[in-house]
Amino acid sequence: MSAAVVVVAQVVDPEMPMLTLHDLGVVRAVEVSDNGAVRVTITPTYSGCPAIEVMRADLRAALHQAGYADVEVCTVLSPAWSTDWISAEGRRKLAEHGIAPPDRLGPRRIGPVPLTLTPPSSTVSCPRCASPDTDELSRFGSTPCTALRRCLACSEPFQHMKEI
Amino acid sequence: MTDAAVNDNVYDGLAEVHDGDARWAFGAGFSDVEVEITAPVPEGVDPVDLAAYCLMLGDDALICSHRLSEWVSNAPELEEEVALANIALDLLGQARMLLSRTAHVEGSGSGSTAGSASSAGSGRVAGCAGRDEDGLAYFRTEREFRHVALAELPDGLDFARAIARLLIFSSWRLALLHRLLGSRDPVLAAVAGKGVKEVTYHRDYAARWTLRLGDGTAQSHRRMQAALEAVWPHVDELFRTSDVERRLVEVGVAVDPAQTRAEVDTVLDEVLARATLARPQRSPTGTLAGRAGRDGVHTEHLGHLLAQMQSLARQHPGASW
Repeated sequence: MSAAVVVVAQVVDPEMPMLTLHDLGVVRAVEVSDNGAVRVTITPTYSGCPAIEVMRADLRAALHQAGYADVEVCTVLSPAWSTDWISAEGRRKLAEHGIAPPDRLGPRRIGPVPLTLTPPSSTVSCPRCASPDTDELSRFGSTPCTALRRCLACSEPFQHMKEI
Repeated sequence: MTDAAVNDNVYDGLAEVHDGDARWAFGAGFSDVEVEITAPVPEGVDPVDLAAYCLMLGDDALICSHRLSEWVSNAPELEEEVALANIALDLLGQARMLLSRTAHVEGSGSGSTAGSASSAGSGRVAGCAGRDEDGLAYFRTEREFRHVALAELPDGLDFARAIARLLIFSSWRLALLHRLLGSRDPVLAAVAGKGVKEVTYHRDYAARWTLRLGDGTAQSHRRMQAALEAVWPHVDELFRTSDVERRLVEVGVAVDPAQTRAEVDTVLDEVLARATLARPQRSPTGTLAGRAGRDGVHTEHLGHLLAQMQSLARQHPGASW
């Protein structure tokens, strides 16, 4: 593993700093050319994710600090990011910080997207007391990737990283 | 930045953290564009048509996003405000990619921060080369926008109106995006790939609120039905196929919106029935000699919307922080 890869792997997500960009699964490639130029490819989580600009700047700053003068950070949209790309380590860190990690989605189904008129039966456990008895307060939380839930056992509200 | 660095203020502090790059104040000022945006126009595809098509889908998202964002600080509950703002943000992201693609295909779209600032003024002129996503969003006039009327209708602070529009808009957009997954244009396919996931959440959100309001109290039922009646005359326009779309369908780039009608109807019928609401029997809004949103003919509401959305950028073209 090249030194640049190690530097990139340590840059954290600006909105969920307990996760590295590597944990989040947004780093798609790190290429170092013979003359030392680094090209990092990342993918946005959501189309409108405002953090992508900060991620770019943080990646550039970290690589500059590590002595790489020639740094290019580009983004690819396809294939679209999925919460399935969050690493096991990332899931563990999320739960540790009170954010319920997303379920695994598995492969995409074919055909029209089905309508879900009632919140799906909960498979989300409370990150504090581990009770499976939780419900959804709002589909949309403080960042595009989270939903707001509450635990019916310990009454604590918590964030859930919703599956996408 | 060297001059600015002398001044010790919070903005300079931010700029330093961000590697010394100045930010254009109003738009994105993307310093690196998505790899796909600069992909070549697929063989056999007219770049003028492709640019126009990306502009249509981009404007739908941009204008609807703006209407949703008007709920920030006005929604009935904080949770709904956050939800509507999140949905607006997703659509804004889709709009940015699509407008960037338009700009690139038009033969510009260098997309640099400096480019944003300097091209902002030139974007005033219709069809002028050198526009980027910000130039397209902030420096076009009413007649140059290509979205459907449904996107621009004001909600008048009526939450039911916001939900009625979002239900119809997201059901239609999801059906479009789902079919665009197979587009020969890599940007349209990529935007669709992300958009399908996002708009699925938007549609579910609107459908659940439709259920809650329609099958709620007598008052909420009455207001949800009234909201549907108010937006319904603009549903027909969603399924009209423009000449640009017709030509691009033939080369495997676009989706024929008429083909989405059955699917959208099925979704709406299911939601309305479950919500004890009646499908409105309203005749479609007329066109102006056959022209409507896709041709740049809009309702009287667009001027006011653009005045709000564009005024700051137009008063301070090229400003940065």
